[in-house]
Amino acid sequence: MIPLSWYLILSAALFSIGLFGALSRRNAVAILLGVELMLNAVNINLVAFWRYGDYTSMAGQVFAIIVFAVAAAEVSVGLALVISVYRRRNTVVADELDMLKW
Amino acid sequence: MYFMTAEQIIFLIVSGATLASALMVVTVRNLVHAALWLVATLFGVAVIFAILNAGFIAVVQVVVYIGAIAILFIFAVMLTRKDLRDNVPQLNKNWWAGALVAAATFAGLVFLLQSWSAISKTAEVLPDKFDAVGLLGEALISPDAYVLPFEVASVLLLAAMVGAVYVAFSRK
Amino acid sequence: MPTEYLIWLIPLPPLLSFFLIVLFTNRNKALSHSVAIGAALLSWLGAMIVFVRALGIEHFGEHPFTQSIDWLPTGETWLKIGVLIDPLSATVLFFVAWTVLMIFLYSVGYHNFGQPKGDHDHPGLPPHGATEHGHMVPSIEPMYSRFFAFISLFAFGMLVLVVSDNLLTLFVGWEIMGLCSYLLIGFWYGKESAKKAAVKAFMTTRIGDVFMLLGIAFLYSVTGTLSFREIFTEDILHTLAIIPSGIFGLSAAGLIGLLLFIGTVGKSAQFPLHVWLPDAMEGPTPVSAMIHAATMVSAGVYAVLRMFPLISLDEKTMAIVAFIGAFTALFAATIAVAQNDIKRVLAYSTISQLGFMIAALGIHAYVAAAFHLVTHAFFKALLFLGSGSVIHGMEHGVLHSGKHIDPQNMFNMGGLRRKMPITFWTFLIGGFALSGFPLVTAGFWSKDEILADAFGHGHIYVFATLSVAAFLTAFYTMRQITLTFLGETRTEAAEHAHETPWTMTVPLVVLTVFAVTYGWVGIPEHFPVLGGLVPNWFHEFVGSTLAHHPEAVEFNVIPLLTSLFVALGGLGLGYLVYRNVHRPEDDKLQISVLKNKWYFDEIYDIIFIKPVTWFAENVVYKLMDQGLINGVLHLFGPATQGLGSIVRNYFDVPVINRFFGDGSADLTWWSGVKLRPLQAGRIQHYLILSLLILFIVGGLLYYFLLA
Repeated sequence: MIPLSWYLILSAALFSIGLFGALSRRNAVAILLGVELMLNAVNINLVAFWRYGDYTSMAGQVFAIIVFAVAAAEVSVGLALVISVYRRRNTVVADELDMLKW
Repeated sequence: MYFMTAEQIIFLIVSGATLASALMVVTVRNLVHAALWLVATLFGVAVIFAILNAGFIAVVQVVVYIGAIAILFIFAVMLTRKDLRDNVPQLNKNWWAGALVAAATFAGLVFLLQSWSAISKTAEVLPDKFDAVGLLGEALISPDAYVLPFEVASVLLLAAMVGAVYVAFSRK
Repeated sequence: MPTEYLIWLIPLPPLLSFFLIVLFTNRNKALSHSVAIGAALLSWLGAMIVFVRALGIEHFGEHPFTQSIDWLPTGETWLKIGVLIDPLSATVLFFVAWTVLMIFLYSVGYHNFGQPKGDHDHPGLPPHGATEHGHMVPSIEPMYSRFFAFISLFAFGMLVLVVSDNLLTLFVGWEIMGLCSYLLIGFWYGKESAKKAAVKAFMTTRIGDVFMLLGIAFLYSVTGTLSFREIFTEDILHTLAIIPSGIFGLSAAGLIGLLLFIGTVGKSAQFPLHVWLPDAMEGPTPVSAMIHAATMVSAGVYAVLRMFPLISLDEKTMAIVAFIGAFTALFAATIAVAQNDIKRVLAYSTISQLGFMIAALGIHAYVAAAFHLVTHAFFKALLFLGSGSVIHGMEHGVLHSGKHIDPQNMFNMGGLRRKMPITFWTFLIGGFALSGFPLVTAGFWSKDEILADAFGHGHIYVFATLSVAAFLTAFYTMRQITLTFLGETRTEAAEHAHETPWTMTVPLVVLTVFAVTYGWVGIPEHFPVLGGLVPNWFHEFVGSTLAHHPEAVEFNVIPLLTSLFVALGGLGLGYLVYRNVHRPEDDKLQISVLKNKWYFDEIYDIIFIKPVTWFAENVVYKLMDQGLINGVLHLFGPATQGLGSIVRNYFDVPVINRFFGDGSADLTWWSGVKLRPLQAGRIQHYLILSLLILFIVGGLLYYFLLA
């Protein structure tokens, strides 16, 4: 009864919101929050396609699980980096982390 | 859309809540609040998973994302709080460019989806005794299926863990 | 061996001798002269064989020995070159071979082979004595081998000229002899006078040669061939006689004949190109004999004889020929009476005698001219070699006495008949032959025939001129003999003169034999008493060369009497006048005009030499070469420099250096400065930028590929 398009639009919106967060927040941790939102949107997309496509092949769900794993790994490493940078530079404002500037 | 089924109504409510929480995540000043709003968002996503008959995924979402990742975020926020005051604006200088890009992204995605013919198809009815979890388990373990990506993902997690520990290790 | 092959081989031995001597035997004097004389012998042998064979052929004039090969491809035809021995060239070949051989042999003794090397002899200067046992003796010529090499080349040139069947190789032989005359007249290149004489000889004959070449070219352009036998056919001769050439109203034949004749004027030293021959006495005497008797000047007359069928077509040309011949004969004879150098007298005598031959040709006396050519070659060669013998003896006397007097001046001689008898008798016979002593000398028969032809065909002016010239000839010849041999010795040098070695006297004797006997092959048929006893072989033989066999002239007593009178009268008068003259002051004929050759050298100097020299030095050298050409060249340096600096300052520096070089650096720097803010180190900026680009590219792709 629920058309696929609703899920997809939902995931698109969630993705865009996450993108906005990743692009516009000052704090490095907040940026990672945005990234998490984007990954979640992807997951919704995958599972929706699993459900509305060939639901006997579990590819969609498996993919979603992999995404989970990757997201977890990425978050842990990312936050470890942020913490490490914070210890050195005493800041987590992304704009101030510009040591790779020319 | 006058005649909406109950399913649809529930969907709309849940998705609305999810999106609202997401918006809050990206706009509140207090980072801890942001993390908590993230929890709400994740919870909403879990419900969406449930509606999609992906029960296992929903539970995994709650356990892993909310239980581990969101907690991790809160820890991280707390560990990096030294000079962060809550009434400092949280959006950076060029936030409007980000907004623009996000809006463009959304518009583009929607536009692309519009042109896809099967966009409006409805879900098929699942057969009785459809053992989604069992099938998922088989898919994850079976050599004909996805055991390799599964193993690789676990190696990735190991690597990430080691890396995170190493990176964040303070040598004092 | 077929005669034609032999004819091809005749000129080769002297050529080989030249190369062998120049390349290999230069240091060995004996080997050099052996090679040269051996080569001359081989050519002589070949010539004799050809001559004898030619004599044996009936109507040789119609069936000469001839062979030609295709040589130069000219479009669809070939220019042929080859050999031709017809009666004329057989006769000429005869005397050339003999005189060349005699002169080669003579040169061995003349250059003092066997004598020691000089005390301070220098190659390039005549040798002047070596000290042996306390007194001076003649020394051997330092450049001995070189001499033989050069005369070998000379012999080669003459032989090529004689055997050739076409104007091209004739001209080649002509020019080779011109070159050799330069080399040989200037043999003693250390002497300033010799150098100048060599250049003068070459230049003067060159003037003649240029005109001759024009004639040859014109002939070729009209007829398309240069072979004698092809030209002397009825059709072509007729065509040439008809076509007008547009110059002086001459027909083509006339113009060609005139141009070819000018070549002869140069080569045979006729007026006005006679000035080189007396100066050519600077060369060693064998050279003088070779050039001025046997070969080179004869080549000029031979050329006219050869081209006679062509030249004789136009009466105007013939008139010019006759005039120049007769005039030169008289002109040169007048100068000869006032000369004191023994060789100069003979030089002018040669010019005069050649004038006789040319005049004979001008009045269509073909056979007479050829006859005189042959007899003259013999007795003039004899006279020159004899004078060389005299000078040789005098030089010995000069060295002995120690006083430096001119060994060639006749007034320093006298009484040499006792000192050098063989030389005396041979010289006497040669002198008589030159004067035309009746009956027993060849000169009489040939000269008489010319006079008879002149008179018999009504050419009175030519007859008169030649008669006067003959008188003067006899006169100065007797003067020469008297002053040189008769009377008493006038100087110590003459006192100590002695006879020359056999290598020099044997040739004199051989030539004397010919000077006496050769006349008897040409006795006219209607001569009183003697005519008819022996057939006039010469007339029949040589006359058959022409298509229209010339008729012998009717006998007339007047030319005979005239020639007897001038010959005997001249000889007698010369003796009577000069037996009492012992010093130049006593000689009444030492008129300065005559002595200075009618000042022709001075006239030419003013008219031609000085202006040309001035022109060469000032216009060509200073103006054109130094000024123009060097100026242009000197422009190149600064011009190139200027151009270079323009290129540098207006193109290289601003465009290449600044615009491209510095410009690219500045552009890179500026773009770096502008682009640097892109890399702010801020991830979010990177993200936004990459997404923007993604949208742009994606949109473009979508619209152009998918939509």
